[in-house]
Amino acid sequence: MNVLALIVLLPLLAGTTLCWAAGRGNGPVRRRATAWAAAAVAGSAFALLIAQAPAVFAGQVLLQQAEWVPAIGLNANFRLDALAWMFAMLITGIGLLIILYAAYYLHTEDPAGKFFSTLMLFMAAMLGIVLSDNLLLLLVFWELTSISSFLLIGYWGGREESRAGARMALAITGGGGLVMLAGIVVLGQIGGSFDLSVLLTKGAEIRAHPLYPVALGLILVGCFTKSAQLPFHFWLPEAMAAPTPVSAYLHSATMVKAGLFMMMRLYPILGGTALFEGVVASVGLATMVFAAFVAIFKHDLKGLLAYSTVSHLGLITFLIGLSTPLSMVAAVFHILNHAAFKAALFMSAGIVDHEAHTRDLRKLGGLMALMPVIGTLVLVAAAAMAGVAPLNGFISKEMMLAEAVHAGSRLWGSLGWAVPVLATLGGLFSAAYSLRLVHDAFFNGPPRDLAGVHPHEPPWGMKAPVVLLVAICIVVGLLPFVAEPLVRVASAAALGVPPPEFHLALWHGVNAPLLMSMAALVGGLALYAGLQRGGRLHAYLPSGRGGKAIFGATIDGLFGGAGRLTALLENGSLQRYAGWMVASAVLLGALPFLLAPGEWPAAGPRALLPATPLAIAVWLMLIVVGLALLKLQRQRFVAVILTGAVGLVASLAFIGLSAPDLAMTQLSVDVVSTVLLLMGLALLPQSSPRESSSGRRLRDGLLAAAGGGGIAMLTWLVLTRSHDSISWYFLENSLTKGGGTNTVNVILVDFRGYDTFGEITVLGIAGLGVLALLDGFRTRRPDVDPLGRPWSYGIEPLMLRRVARLVLPIALVLSVYIYWRGHNLPGGGFIAGLITAAALVLQYMALGQVRAENLLQGAAGRRFVRWIGIGLGIAWLTGVGAFFFGRTFLTSAHGHPSVPVLGELPLATAALFDLGVYVTVVGATLLMLSVLGAASKENAKAGRT
Amino acid sequence: MSMEFLFASGIGWIVAVGIYLLLRGRSFPVVLGLSLIGYAVNVFIFGMGRLWSASPPILGTQPALADPLPQALVLTAIVIGFATTGFVIELALRSRHDGGSDHVDGQPDEPAAGADAEGRR
Repeated sequence: MNVLALIVLLPLLAGTTLCWAAGRGNGPVRRRATAWAAAAVAGSAFALLIAQAPAVFAGQVLLQQAEWVPAIGLNANFRLDALAWMFAMLITGIGLLIILYAAYYLHTEDPAGKFFSTLMLFMAAMLGIVLSDNLLLLLVFWELTSISSFLLIGYWGGREESRAGARMALAITGGGGLVMLAGIVVLGQIGGSFDLSVLLTKGAEIRAHPLYPVALGLILVGCFTKSAQLPFHFWLPEAMAAPTPVSAYLHSATMVKAGLFMMMRLYPILGGTALFEGVVASVGLATMVFAAFVAIFKHDLKGLLAYSTVSHLGLITFLIGLSTPLSMVAAVFHILNHAAFKAALFMSAGIVDHEAHTRDLRKLGGLMALMPVIGTLVLVAAAAMAGVAPLNGFISKEMMLAEAVHAGSRLWGSLGWAVPVLATLGGLFSAAYSLRLVHDAFFNGPPRDLAGVHPHEPPWGMKAPVVLLVAICIVVGLLPFVAEPLVRVASAAALGVPPPEFHLALWHGVNAPLLMSMAALVGGLALYAGLQRGGRLHAYLPSGRGGKAIFGATIDGLFGGAGRLTALLENGSLQRYAGWMVASAVLLGALPFLLAPGEWPAAGPRALLPATPLAIAVWLMLIVVGLALLKLQRQRFVAVILTGAVGLVASLAFIGLSAPDLAMTQLSVDVVSTVLLLMGLALLPQSSPRESSSGRRLRDGLLAAAGGGGIAMLTWLVLTRSHDSISWYFLENSLTKGGGTNTVNVILVDFRGYDTFGEITVLGIAGLGVLALLDGFRTRRPDVDPLGRPWSYGIEPLMLRRVARLVLPIALVLSVYIYWRGHNLPGGGFIAGLITAAALVLQYMALGQVRAENLLQGAAGRRFVRWIGIGLGIAWLTGVGAFFFGRTFLTSAHGHPSVPVLGELPLATAALFDLGVYVTVVGATLLMLSVLGAASKENAKAGRT
Repeated sequence: MSMEFLFASGIGWIVAVGIYLLLRGRSFPVVLGLSLIGYAVNVFIFGMGRLWSASPPILGTQPALADPLPQALVLTAIVIGFATTGFVIELALRSRHDGGSDHVDGQPDEPAAGADAEGRR
């Protein structure tokens, strides 16, 4: 049993479908059932993880492997070590709390099914990231978090800021994921595998490779975008448009931690070098200080928390970057601590929003008197965030400061003193914004502007998760050793080697970190007091500059540029596109000849057929027809007839050059398509105006001459050379393997039956396309011809009706005959179908559209869809029939059974397939004609006076 | 003069006429041009099996047989070419109905220049 895959699949399949199914209604029972389903799934995954705890704490690594696409190194390999376990516990554990909270948070008009099933999808993606052993698999889940977080952030799709925030998050994190894909591919090329279990053993080799900086840089871009590090931080505050449970989940414990997880996961492979330390620690430090400073000035409660999150992510990134084992310990510890206090604060912010209907710190104030329990909880959690003893945040921040003191000169050389100073400054800003959060919302006078809303304590279901998380902050702060086993094994997994002996403790004596911490707290207090004096902070208005504005300008520029480019290339003129297409085709065709060295190729040595007088006569006719077409093309009726004449010449060529099947096909197609063109013409202008300028005519003439001359040249070169062909195989095996002597037909229905199946499908699709274009379409037919003479709608000529009545049975019998002999003599389903269609078209002409339609029950072409379906069905069933004899699709069988009266009959299953072809051809042809006829039917009837 | 010469020049001629019609500014000549190019291309592909006189690829008739493969390819191509012609002509109808004119050159319709003002509406 693959437990790890099961942990991922539970929310991925069971979670999404259960929540979707339960949440289809919006009654209170349904809503509760949806939350319960989500909780049950998350709880099961949580329980499965708990069951793995003994092995994880014993330092074992659980690997479960299954092949997926081994050819590209993508395998469904899962891995559970202490690092993965810790993250998976955070994902499922915090997830459970979020589900409980969300069940109370969502309004009755918010669809619960959509929320919880997307949440489940996101949970599955996060679990997939932390549990993957294969980096490509990991990347699939990585992008899945981008997509599912897009859906979650944009949950309130009716709001403009939700959509904008979701789009930005997707663009930044999804784009970062693509960059990371490139990095992982490079890494896989260096290491020879995409499996972590292999790569983790090759760390030194990979770090020494010349491509190491490339892989590292690309992967770090992915991590920094996901974890909102400078300069990609701006998407995270925008994502605060999401419902608060989503913010609490995505931005405390999960999505933004994915980048940190990735850096930790790959640390034994990529980490420890001066490059890694320099880039990662510096970016982290800069992000920490910058974001903490910005957070002070945020008036939106969630905006403040968002920048605080960016700052803390920077802190952890800084710690991961530093190349000392103890800094990794601190990083792991702070991930746990941050998840606890930040999730509590986000949920509290949601409660405040829920009760006071605003999150604006300028409007809130004095809430402590109205909501004492929440106020106390926020007070404790914010203190943990600021790093006040004796809470968990204090301990990990002290550890960070200690690392900053040691790392300075190694990281920035002579500027090393700046590292501890900046770290302290980050702590100072952090204290200031934490203070502002508590003071502005819960103290600082009575509520300033609540628009008549009276906030009170929320239900316990909403408070319980906060209480639990705050309790964790206090317990870990007072008794830090309870977290020690987990931190130890998790940092061992992140480092690749066990960390040195350490003890998490509240009191380390009076030392540099303690003094720095005190300075930060006092400084933060002073800074806030200074800013708040005289209401200056509340009067501050943020400038419109920064990452968001740059992002917006970039996107606008891209869209504008794309629009201008499109407008430049596409002006709606088919002439221009076709002209470019013909010109480039001619150029590309001529290029190999122009570039080839030596002289222009000449005619080959093949013995040529002498031209017969008849052939010369036909050729002359073709030339004349072409000239006439050019001359008379504006008279459309004449042009159709001339085009038909060209088709006739083509069928004559086929007859003369040993292709009887083609001749028959071409001839019948010619009849039907001429009718079709004439029917279309009846509804279009009868003549084209003369409007091309002489310059354009010259240009088109040159293009036409180049294209035609090129084709003629090419044909001549080919025809004068002999060839070798795979066709001789078909000639040799047509009788023995296909059971027919007409090789063309055997190729169509047997050797290349699959192709033919595809082709009749195309035919059917073209028919359906026509129906889709013109179904229900009615257009008024012109009442007069181009010369102004009114059309008369006489009854159909008697002679024609007589002849048509006579021809129909003959044509049908002929079709059957042609179809039947097709396997051995010229004929077959295509030709028989066209003959039948032509005969039926004659009925249309003789009886009139309405009567013929009624006889055939065509229903303006719609019924012929059934014919197409039946034809394709017959062909498909014939193909599938081969499966029952253990053969592959469309394998044919043939024999010569003796039938009484008729004697020995040559039979092949291919004939059945050909029947499918026949029915499809008849159906598609009649559909096109019938639809076209119906388009002008009404008017024709009305005109019959 | 050989059959091959007639064949090659005939194809070239029809392609040239087809291209010229394809480049006109109204939908109907475009349909005809496509149709002509379709004919020529079919014959061209058929020609890739070389020209054979009086030797259709029916087994047991002659010692020498024409190349059957291009013939099979072209047979379906003819039928699909017909379907495409049908589709394009109905597309032209629809486009004229929705757009109010049969221009395909991106030009607005100028009623004064039209020779068939009554047929246009």
